[in-house]
Amino acid sequence: MIRLEKRRSISKLWTTLTPIIAVFLTMIFGGLMFGLLLGDLASAFGAIKLIFWDPLFDENFASYARPQLLVKAGPIILIAIGLSIGFKAGIWNIGAEGQYILGAIFGASVALSLFPRESIFIFPTMILAGAFGGFIWALIPAVLKVYFKTNEILVSLMLVYVAENILTSVSHGLLRNPDGMGVAGIRNLKDYPSAHNSEIITNSGMHWGVLTAFLSVILAYFLFLKHQKGYEIKITGEAPKAAYFAGINPSKTIIFCMGMSGLLAGMAGLFEVAGPAGQITISFNSGYGFTAIIVAFLGRLNPLGILMAGLLMALTYIGGEIAQLMLGLPGASIQLLQGMLLFFLLATDIFTNYSFKTRGS
Amino acid sequence: MAEVLLQLNGISKSFPGVKANENISFEINSGEIHALLGENGAGKSTLVKMIYGLMQPDLGNMRLSSESFRPSEPSKARQSGIAMVFQHFSLFDALNVAENIALGMENPPKINDLSEKIENVSKSYGLPLDPKRLVGQLSAGERQRVEIIRCLLQNPKLLIMDEPTSVLTPNEVKTLFETLLRLKKEGKSILYISHKLEEIREICDFATILRNGEKVGSCIPKNTSAKQIGEMMVGKSFSSPSRENRVFGEKLLKVSNLSIHTKDFFGTSLSNINFSVHVGEILGIGGVAGNGQDELLSALSGEEKTSPSTINILNHPIGKLAPNERRNLGLRAAPEERLGHAAAPSMTLIENTLMTSHSEDIVNKWGIINFDNVKEETKDIVSEFDVRTPTLDNAAASLSGGNLQKFVIGREILKKPRVFVVNQPTWGVDAAAAAFIRQSILNLASHDSAVVVISQDLDELFEICDTFAVLTNGRLSKSYDMRNLSSEDVGLLMGGSDLDLKNS
Repeated sequence: MIRLEKRRSISKLWTTLTPIIAVFLTMIFGGLMFGLLLGDLASAFGAIKLIFWDPLFDENFASYARPQLLVKAGPIILIAIGLSIGFKAGIWNIGAEGQYILGAIFGASVALSLFPRESIFIFPTMILAGAFGGFIWALIPAVLKVYFKTNEILVSLMLVYVAENILTSVSHGLLRNPDGMGVAGIRNLKDYPSAHNSEIITNSGMHWGVLTAFLSVILAYFLFLKHQKGYEIKITGEAPKAAYFAGINPSKTIIFCMGMSGLLAGMAGLFEVAGPAGQITISFNSGYGFTAIIVAFLGRLNPLGILMAGLLMALTYIGGEIAQLMLGLPGASIQLLQGMLLFFLLATDIFTNYSFKTRGS
Repeated sequence: MAEVLLQLNGISKSFPGVKANENISFEINSGEIHALLGENGAGKSTLVKMIYGLMQPDLGNMRLSSESFRPSEPSKARQSGIAMVFQHFSLFDALNVAENIALGMENPPKINDLSEKIENVSKSYGLPLDPKRLVGQLSAGERQRVEIIRCLLQNPKLLIMDEPTSVLTPNEVKTLFETLLRLKKEGKSILYISHKLEEIREICDFATILRNGEKVGSCIPKNTSAKQIGEMMVGKSFSSPSRENRVFGEKLLKVSNLSIHTKDFFGTSLSNINFSVHVGEILGIGGVAGNGQDELLSALSGEEKTSPSTINILNHPIGKLAPNERRNLGLRAAPEERLGHAAAPSMTLIENTLMTSHSEDIVNKWGIINFDNVKEETKDIVSEFDVRTPTLDNAAASLSGGNLQKFVIGREILKKPRVFVVNQPTWGVDAAAAAFIRQSILNLASHDSAVVVISQDLDELFEICDTFAVLTNGRLSKSYDMRNLSSEDVGLLMGGSDLDLKNS
């Protein structure tokens, strides 16, 4: 008989191992799913190779796909780092998607209001405005939680739908491009040099947002390794009563964590609208805010882990697009593949919290 | 010669890395109150769990009334006539007594019939209990009665009681003992688990003593001194804490008209609490847990804030100050719950040292933590308070209760607090660690500090305190000089009456 025994402390080895196992399980079962969808199990391996390998190493795809990797990974990592700060404290901001949208709207509004003036101060001001937009949007569930004990998961999630409606509204009305012949969407910022988040190195996909994402990884690493705030966040998540005894103010921690994650998500939105997207349209957001939740967990809330997980997730986006194009796979099957990653990670987590013991009955 | 009810032969049980029981043999006669004695971790719980069918022995066998007995689960043990009252009650606060008892039965009768039965049993054994009362409103002693009656309804041959007096007032203990003697007279056997030597000498006919999972001796408690039994339990003689003759200095901590309304539904509100503690004084606050102890500690530690002037240090009002501001003024506290309150279970000892340490050499003005210095502090705590741990990076949860308690108390005492408040300093701690902790509290007081010890262990309070007050139902009695009090006086105080003694 096999029996589970709860570990007294979680296994460090399994904490590192389970994300890797989860990736492999996703490849196996994702491949099976693709094989069934294509009606030919033998094509399973090809589909998986197309998603996980070809974007980086196949010469037909690599020149397009490699820069795209950074373009996709940048916002995901930036948002996931922010979310991980809150998740460590047991504060669950599920609404990064909404904060991402608001960041884009705030930042783009600054650019649009200054158009067509040129100045080197415009882009930095846009970044601040974008960060502020995300920050304010995340502060709503934070303040409601502090003062009225509302559940931040529900409030932040519902605010995503509010944000999406604001997005639709401004693309049709307030911020619509006056020269756009009535098409919904704002003026394309790629045509506005002072506001454009251009590539730092041409054809690398490396724009200011990607750089900020890398910077956030380093700062988050430092925060949890050396800084009192990081310690406070950690202990609040591990043992709230002990944190309170240690003199840590839970309200401040909630405001800080929600605010920081909103701030980074808002910046990610701004970098996206000023760079790869160029404009706000009704379909501006593409689910980075939700994908980042998976990335944060897949990376074990560890900054370096999030960096790796973010790159992997970006790969499934790009590889997924290629697979859709080449094999005619439905887009939903790619989302299913991404969902599988989280599913298998949570399933294999049993190894980190429990050890298996055998005994004769 | 009484007949043998339960016989244990060479019982052994091991868990990964530990031998919990090693070759234990003894017999319990019918109509006998048999004590099972030992420190925490001696293997008492494992042994009774095997008798009660919660675990099965690896080796050895048991015989009940001369028949082979190996219960595979508790219900089998109950069918054979074995009942057990656990140390921690398994009762639902929101249900009434009869409903709670019905829940634990395999085929519960109608609730009215059951209520009648409960009343009959409670009357015949002198355990007054109203079956219609909500359990959430009962005192610890009454809750225990619910558990005992639940057992008696099964008409058991052997009743196992795990540390039954740890939550009782002296008067409740007296009632319990009367009930136990009545059961004995009826020919029922009782296996009485405890580490309190005096009560075992009072009520038990025979004692089996365990240490490190082995049987190290047996005796007739009435004919053996508490000191001898204690030495068998611990395996060595250890000195009891010594007190220097202390002189009280100025009034350091003053609490006046402290009232707190608890937010916890089953918590206890504090009403109008007044006391003061002087330099060099140890004030003991007795009373059964759940009477406002946790609330009092959090009011003093700063986790719960009050109006400024209700709590004063040297006439400096601190009622509104946060925990760290109070630490800066020299007030430190150690809560009862080690894991989750006084320490974060999954974090390392180094990180746990940081919990209550935030001076400038630890955290600079930019918020950067100097982990080298934290590590030094942790090293000091571990060496000076004899905390047994493989490394400083071990998680708090991996330490034994006694070691973690030494760590939690050492962490505060090494900061030389002017006022130290501690709740249940030696709860669930082995005798050697308890003696060590008590000694360090005494040492602290003789170094110009005022100490408040909240404890439900009256022996402990008699041992180390100068003055004494009782917390009952959120109200604190006057403080009395400990030397003038007898345990009967304490019992009266716990019952809520004032004594006609000279105030200290």
